[in-house]
Amino acid sequence: MRAWKFGDDINTDVITPGRYTVTVDRKRLGEIAFIEYRPEFAKEVQEGDVIVAGNNFGCGSSREHSPVAIKAAGVSVVIAKTFARIFFRNSINIGLPLFVCEDADKIDDGDTIELSIKTGEVHDKTKGLVLKAKPLPEFMQRIVEKGGLVNFLRSDGYDNV
Amino acid sequence: MGSTITEKILANASHKKEVVPGDFVVADVSYAMAHDSTAPLAIESFYKITDKVFDKDRVIIVFDHFFPAPTVAGATLHQKSKKFVVDQKLSGFFTNGVCHQLLVEKYVSPGDVLVGADSHTCTEGALGAFTTGLGSTDIGGAMATGKCWFKVPESLKFNLTGSTKKGVYAKDVILSIVGDVGAAGALYKACEFTGDYVKNASVSSRLTLCNMAIEMGGKNGIIEADQKTIDFLGRDGKIFRSDKNAVYENEYEIEVENIEPQVALPPVVDNVEPVSAVEGKPIDQAFLGTCTNGRLEDIEVAARILKGKKIARNVRFIVSPASQDIYLAAFEKGYLQDLVKAGATICNPSCGPCIGRHEGVLCEGETCISSQNRNFTGRMGHPKAEIILASPATVAASALAGKIVDPRDYV
Repeated sequence: MRAWKFGDDINTDVITPGRYTVTVDRKRLGEIAFIEYRPEFAKEVQEGDVIVAGNNFGCGSSREHSPVAIKAAGVSVVIAKTFARIFFRNSINIGLPLFVCEDADKIDDGDTIELSIKTGEVHDKTKGLVLKAKPLPEFMQRIVEKGGLVNFLRSDGYDNV
Repeated sequence: MGSTITEKILANASHKKEVVPGDFVVADVSYAMAHDSTAPLAIESFYKITDKVFDKDRVIIVFDHFFPAPTVAGATLHQKSKKFVVDQKLSGFFTNGVCHQLLVEKYVSPGDVLVGADSHTCTEGALGAFTTGLGSTDIGGAMATGKCWFKVPESLKFNLTGSTKKGVYAKDVILSIVGDVGAAGALYKACEFTGDYVKNASVSSRLTLCNMAIEMGGKNGIIEADQKTIDFLGRDGKIFRSDKNAVYENEYEIEVENIEPQVALPPVVDNVEPVSAVEGKPIDQAFLGTCTNGRLEDIEVAARILKGKKIARNVRFIVSPASQDIYLAAFEKGYLQDLVKAGATICNPSCGPCIGRHEGVLCEGETCISSQNRNFTGRMGHPKAEIILASPATVAASALAGKIVDPRDYV
């Protein structure tokens, strides 16, 4: 899978501009991911590719359309040094895996990546590097294991917290 | 060890004696809000969990992001959200203002926990409440359960002292802070504003400060409630105060008299400079409004600058009061008449221009000076349009001059 590299402070207006988000159609949202900032992305991204970014990925609006669009475009994981908090929660809630990885900078655009969602290990095959994502806190891990907030609340919910 | 106001409110809402940063808590929410842009996905998630809201008087839907609908797609989303309002018999359904302003006017009291499917839900923390923005699924979950999980944040203290010079406002203060702290400088943190400047500031100005906590990455903005808050709201609440020995991750000492009128230049909010950096730059549009600066005192400042004058011929000056109550008050005080006579276009309360949906979309190559809170690439329209953030005074004075000017020469 290919790495698509982005910089710091990639905001939700860049990911899904407000003028395009008057829809809840997943397929359409997948087509508009980075539509103005990086128009080739949605056309060329392959199922399973990863986004690699710097600090504060997903800052700005609370719009869930942004992680939904990234997931619908086929991205398997977003790897970043840090994430903006609403984007982080939204991604967990909709089942888009995020890797917090201090060394995300070492990966370049176009590198070939292999990773394990289970272990958080990232192999940059192009560079021969192995990076490790920071594990999620146990509480969030429970939501992820249920497949997002909706399923979490449908099963044990907050009763066993 | 003492606790901060944020920790105390979260402890109270999660029925614990004490919480510390890093704890995961499940808190009762006082209100869960979504607007026309985020409600459709929240409603989808809600119905996957349950079929009845936790309290029909505590789930609030506001149409403000594209109201009245500018497109068929927008009208269709409105229709879906309205069906939810009717089916769930919600008492809180509004189309008469920007959600955060309406929540201030009608709902939030000191000590409350408010979750809103809009990132600027940090605004209402200026009333001494814990208020934070979340995505649609989180809000769908809160609408279903009346609860929400939180990781208790570390707090940052911004101690603001002194008074601003004439022509310098709360917007300049918060822009200056965002410029210093950076877009990720308060990531996941509670941003507590305190000091004599904050105590002396109007509730409107306090709302402006808290509104932009998210532009530093903050989880919430918060200001201790006082008598001024209670008088402004006309309703009581539970007042929490930070202990003297509360623990802050970082404390910032800021003397506001040193702050000049500020602007945030594209393409990010922390790209802050004194207005002198872009003085003389021609503008195509000036926009006064939004949850940041669309309140009565903001419109008053603009009206005072423009009364008896005419804006530059090549500038569109769009004014959108943050709520219909503000619209009416500005009308009764004659501010809107002054602005219309000066050449302003008064729009209904809405988020439209700020997010490039309608009522002031920019084309390629245009420059807009705005009282809003974000200047991201493409936010107000074409990705090659420029958005410059400033105070209402700088916006109004620039509309008059047709170029960016220092408002101190006009107030």
